[in-house]
Amino acid sequence: MLTQHFPALLVVVPLMAAPLIVFARRSLASWLIALLATAITFGIAASLLAQTMSEGTLVYAMGSWEAPLGIEYRIDAAGAFVAVIVAAMGLIVMPYSRVGIAAEVRSEEHYLYYALMMLCLAGLLGILVTGDAFNVFVFLEVSSLATYVLIAMGRDRRALVAAYQYLLMGTIGATLYVVGVGLLYLETGTLNLADMATRLVDVGDSRGVLAALAFITVGISLKIALFPLHLWLPNAYAYAPSPVSAFLAATATKVSIYVLMRYFFTIFGATEVFDARATGAILLGLSLAAMFIPAVVAIFQHDMKRLLAYSSVSQIGYITLGISLDSVEGLMASAMHLFNHALTKGGLFLVLGGVVLRCGGAGFDRLAGLGHTMPVAAFAMVVGGLSLIGVPGTAGFISKWYLVSAAMHDGQWWLVGAVLASSLLAVIYVWRFVEVAYFRAPPADHPAPGEAPLSMQLPALAMIAGCVYFGIDATWSSEVSMRVAEVLMYNPGVGQ
Amino acid sequence: MTLASHFSYWVTVLLLMVGLFIVMARENLIKKMIGLGIFQTAVYLLYIAPGKLIGGVAPIVGGQFAVYSNPLPHVLILTAIVVGVATLALGLALVVRIKEAYGTIDEDEILLMDARDDTSPEPEAKDG
Repeated sequence: MLTQHFPALLVVVPLMAAPLIVFARRSLASWLIALLATAITFGIAASLLAQTMSEGTLVYAMGSWEAPLGIEYRIDAAGAFVAVIVAAMGLIVMPYSRVGIAAEVRSEEHYLYYALMMLCLAGLLGILVTGDAFNVFVFLEVSSLATYVLIAMGRDRRALVAAYQYLLMGTIGATLYVVGVGLLYLETGTLNLADMATRLVDVGDSRGVLAALAFITVGISLKIALFPLHLWLPNAYAYAPSPVSAFLAATATKVSIYVLMRYFFTIFGATEVFDARATGAILLGLSLAAMFIPAVVAIFQHDMKRLLAYSSVSQIGYITLGISLDSVEGLMASAMHLFNHALTKGGLFLVLGGVVLRCGGAGFDRLAGLGHTMPVAAFAMVVGGLSLIGVPGTAGFISKWYLVSAAMHDGQWWLVGAVLASSLLAVIYVWRFVEVAYFRAPPADHPAPGEAPLSMQLPALAMIAGCVYFGIDATWSSEVSMRVAEVLMYNPGVGQ
Repeated sequence: MTLASHFSYWVTVLLLMVGLFIVMARENLIKKMIGLGIFQTAVYLLYIAPGKLIGGVAPIVGGQFAVYSNPLPHVLILTAIVVGVATLALGLALVVRIKEAYGTIDEDEILLMDARDDTSPEPEAKDG
């Protein structure tokens, strides 16, 4: 049966597509291969989610070598949920890329762009599906190395510096993670995550485990861009080619958040992480700082891409806030916001990509009068902006609602005020765009561009429409998020 | 719990700190990469050293050998070395491109040029 190999194929399909694309070389051929591979990958991810929702954890022994000796792929509803987000984003970005990168990436580098996208996709999905601690590191580096190159492809020379800075920070983060894994290996003698979780219970309270927790938390937080470790993110998102910004904003940080959730709840266990020490309070403090400080910084940006990047750092704060509450409700809100924010920010970056293509930049001086020159794109940006704020009827509202009720359930009423206050900051930075787009005259030398090409417009509008759809009918997203939270909280990954 | 029995850990921590300090304190982009290399090398030691047993041999099945060293850390670090080499190569390639685009590999000068770009309306293109 082919179905039973799906956990492996999820990684193998995009991984094999990459060298094929390099051989194909022609821009059109490589695009077609990439499109086909992402479509298959998305199909596999969706089927895995359906399977894990009904049957629970799926286990796949690589090369039929049984765990803990062999490397095991293990996917449950939580991993499959994030995998669907990543694969769906890949599938949306691919048709968009054909025209989307034409203006931003040199034509002889197009096939490299597609190959790197495939490698990035394979790495991100690999992190989600693997059940081996060291494997997570390898896949983390596969996706990261591809990401560095993708960012460096931006046409501005500052993209090179942004990629270099991200390479430094990302490698330090990944190395800290490996140090943590090494310490865990010394304590438990295993690298299989499920096995490690069981053995850690016997190891009990040891300084080695505590050090491992610290190293892994800080290392992964660098990858998440958790405030104040976010310094690589704004430049990386701002100078990367538009489809890359959209793909990364919707996937890369989200996958790292999944890894953090896994380590906190499945491997170390909530009692070790939250009850025995002040991790919750620290994470809560950092989340609050993330919700406010980058949001204020976003208000003072003069470039829409940078504004959205800072907004991302701020929105990540909401997700980690849900984790810090250490409750099923909080985790559910986190999972929900992970999905909704991927949808919103991915959509916004895609719309902005079309605008950049027509206006020649995302600076506010270029965007002036956008409401008149590109009415559809400007309106889509406003709708996406409303979802960032969390206006009722948009996806952002639903996740903030669950976050607020999780805080109330926890008896922390003051957090409701904090979430509301930080949403007000979002109102201000979204209003900055509205003011520029609708109340300023287009620049005199503006070539009166018209809307973006249809192949860019449609995927972008589909994402924005998704923001509204999942804001009105949240049945699917809340059901799956609830399941994700339960899996993380109650099923420590041991046994089936 | 003497200093000597934890020697490899002390060296690991020292190398981590030295590497991190170079990455943070140097302006030269190549020197930063060297720091990053030292930082990563520290991890190799952390994994390899505990895998070695005194008197242990390579894990070969045979009657005359009783004590084996753990081969798994070596395999892991072989992978980590490959990752490290790839990262270093990519980092250096980026430095080459930065040198082409900016004419310098000094971080302070680059940030200064970027600040100037921010105030002028048309930033220089990469190939320009």
